[in-house]
Amino acid sequence: MAATTATQPTASPRKSRLGPALLPYLLSLPALLVCIGIIIPFFTAVWYSLQRYNLNLPYLRGFVWFQQYIDLFSDPSFWHTVQVSLLYTALTVILELLLGLGIALLLRRPSTLHNIMSIALLLPLMVAPAIASLMWKLMTHPDFGILSWLIQQVGITNFRWAAAPSSALFTVLLVDIWVYTPFMMILLLAGLRGLPKQPFEAAELDGVPASFVFFRITLPMLTPYIITAALFRMLDSIQQFDIIYAMTQGGPGDTLMVFQVMAYLDFFQNFNVGRSAAVLMVLWAIAYLLSNVFIKHWLRLRERARGAA
Amino acid sequence: MTTKQKDTIDRFLKGGMSRREMIERLGRMGIGAAAGAYILNQGMTEALAQEFNWKAHEGKTINLLLNKHPYADAMIANLENFKSLTGMNVTYDVFPEDVYFDKVAAALSSRSSQYDAFMTGAYQVWQYGPAGWVEDLNEYIQDSDQTAPNYAWDDMLEGIRKSTAWSGVPGAELGGEDSKQWALPWGFELNSISYNRRIFDQLKVEPAKDLPELVELAKKITDSDAGVYGIGVRGSRSWATIHPGYLSAFANYGAKDLTVQDGMLKAAMNSPEAKEMTALWVKMIQESGPKNWATYTWYQVGTDLGAGASAMIYDADILGYFMNGGDNKEAGNLAYSAFTPKPGAEAPTPNVWIWSLAMSTFGGQKDATWYFMQWASGTDHALFGARKMDFVNPVRQSVWKDEEFRSRIAKSYPGYIEQFEASSPGSKIYFTPQPLFQTVTTDWAAALQKMVANEIPVDEGLDELAGNIDRQLKAAGLG
Repeated sequence: MAATTATQPTASPRKSRLGPALLPYLLSLPALLVCIGIIIPFFTAVWYSLQRYNLNLPYLRGFVWFQQYIDLFSDPSFWHTVQVSLLYTALTVILELLLGLGIALLLRRPSTLHNIMSIALLLPLMVAPAIASLMWKLMTHPDFGILSWLIQQVGITNFRWAAAPSSALFTVLLVDIWVYTPFMMILLLAGLRGLPKQPFEAAELDGVPASFVFFRITLPMLTPYIITAALFRMLDSIQQFDIIYAMTQGGPGDTLMVFQVMAYLDFFQNFNVGRSAAVLMVLWAIAYLLSNVFIKHWLRLRERARGAA
Repeated sequence: MTTKQKDTIDRFLKGGMSRREMIERLGRMGIGAAAGAYILNQGMTEALAQEFNWKAHEGKTINLLLNKHPYADAMIANLENFKSLTGMNVTYDVFPEDVYFDKVAAALSSRSSQYDAFMTGAYQVWQYGPAGWVEDLNEYIQDSDQTAPNYAWDDMLEGIRKSTAWSGVPGAELGGEDSKQWALPWGFELNSISYNRRIFDQLKVEPAKDLPELVELAKKITDSDAGVYGIGVRGSRSWATIHPGYLSAFANYGAKDLTVQDGMLKAAMNSPEAKEMTALWVKMIQESGPKNWATYTWYQVGTDLGAGASAMIYDADILGYFMNGGDNKEAGNLAYSAFTPKPGAEAPTPNVWIWSLAMSTFGGQKDATWYFMQWASGTDHALFGARKMDFVNPVRQSVWKDEEFRSRIAKSYPGYIEQFEASSPGSKIYFTPQPLFQTVTTDWAAALQKMVANEIPVDEGLDELAGNIDRQLKAAGLG
């Protein structure tokens, strides 16, 4: 008994010292594992992008430093890819933002009908984009597609949707907008419903015109939500693959050859690992730069809001 | 199998009775034709087992990667016979063709041991072989300890057999010196015209004799009041757009994809012959092709013919074969015509697509895998598939001579054998074998799409394509 009481005071402080010392490491372990899971593939891709590495031409493999990038930047088709990817991203983000905001404004006042509609409008988001593309492929089929039939009723015949270079971008934009506008809508609706009521009540009492309320009160207060939603969609759109690949495989010609489709074809069709990795590195750099612009703007707005408070 | 059934089959296999007599006897035992064929195959399987130790790998399991295709369906329908012959188990994953080759590339490039053998095309092994992803099968074929005495490798059609063998030297002849047998031919298709006889009779027209006539005929049908478009051909941005009708006509005009000069490859798809033929091809699609041609794969080409949306196709003969049966609206109305595109040319020159079986380098049980491969590409399975399933076109000469197969095809698919026999002498792979096959043909398909969309004239489009291909060949050390 005496021995037990003698050892207890010495054991207890040791345990309590060891516990707090280890705790931060234990808590950060999952984050460390995730980082390793991200960093290893990232640096592997960087490593591959510095090599001439074609799986079916193994004798050519070698370290070429930045030659892949030099080749890419001197290839006109690559600049076409940059242009198409940025245009696609800008159009999807802007159009989905406008539509999402419009729908969110219509549904902002909670009611049973609005709640049902907001749930129903989310349904396209539940459809996998590749499946949505196949649905749209059928709907736009010139012989039996419902959309082809509808536009024929208003006198537009021979419209070739994704099969013609002039209308291919329009067609894939339609699919993207159909799938992802609900994403914008639900984020902005949450933002709108979370805005403080006092400024709106005060404006109503003062008889301020609706356009003034929208541009001077609603929009500034909603901006952080808009930036967040646009950032998510921008990151997704610049990496667009499934809709475009399922609808056109990057065609007709090279009309819709966006970054991910180019990288995919380079790897899976041409087995050109080095070039595919270089394309993805450029994509990463563009996405990083754009994200930085968005986040800095968001931080500036937050600082301004704090200053005003 | 009962003792009586076994005795009947044994007597037939030993030559003691005719096929007709055997079928009648089995019929009296209450066994229908399909079940009879299966039992016969089982009997043949047992006969095989007596000559060769098929049980050497008993208890092992091999895993296959298969494309969703009638050839795979025929193999799966007969798989129990392989299992009872060898005591081995076979598992398989089946993927639709849209994603199939990506799945193969992913499995092989990651050096996965998941699959022991897989379906492939002959063109694809030009990439898989040099990469070291598939085994040279010569050592198995020539090893009498591992290959059954009645495997009859020489029974395979010579051109088809050679088409799956290549030395790996870019531009070297298929099946030439130092060739490695990268795959076993399984079934193949050549390209000809399949047309809707009902529509042709209604419009009182006959199949075209050459490409200029085909362009005119297709336009005439499109402009008629039949409510169909003239001709279906593939158009998606893929290598698969080039190899069927387009390359068959291209070769008939005497054009080549690439030439070999001092061991180096040079793009040749912008020759005067190539431009003449391509200009006609583009005109034909613009005037009489499907409206959304640029998204068309073999699937849309075939289903439009089967549904009566198109009057004819210039594509794989077996596509016309498949569409002439089953639940297709136009089943029974389709007919076949060998096609010589260049006016005045002597004979058709169809390019060939060969579904083959290849063995993964990364599989852990290669000997056992070979047992499966030799059974699946053997005469007995080929006969079963050709007689009872849609394992057509067979790659074995003996199957083409089989009376039961011939009479079945002649009865249900009139004109098919005649088309095949007129087309096959000039049929082979007309591509130049080289590792950048997919790059060259995908860029070619993209260039065709631009020409059909009038984004670029044919002359300029082919010159630009050739320049682009030359740059890529040079970068790869091939040009």
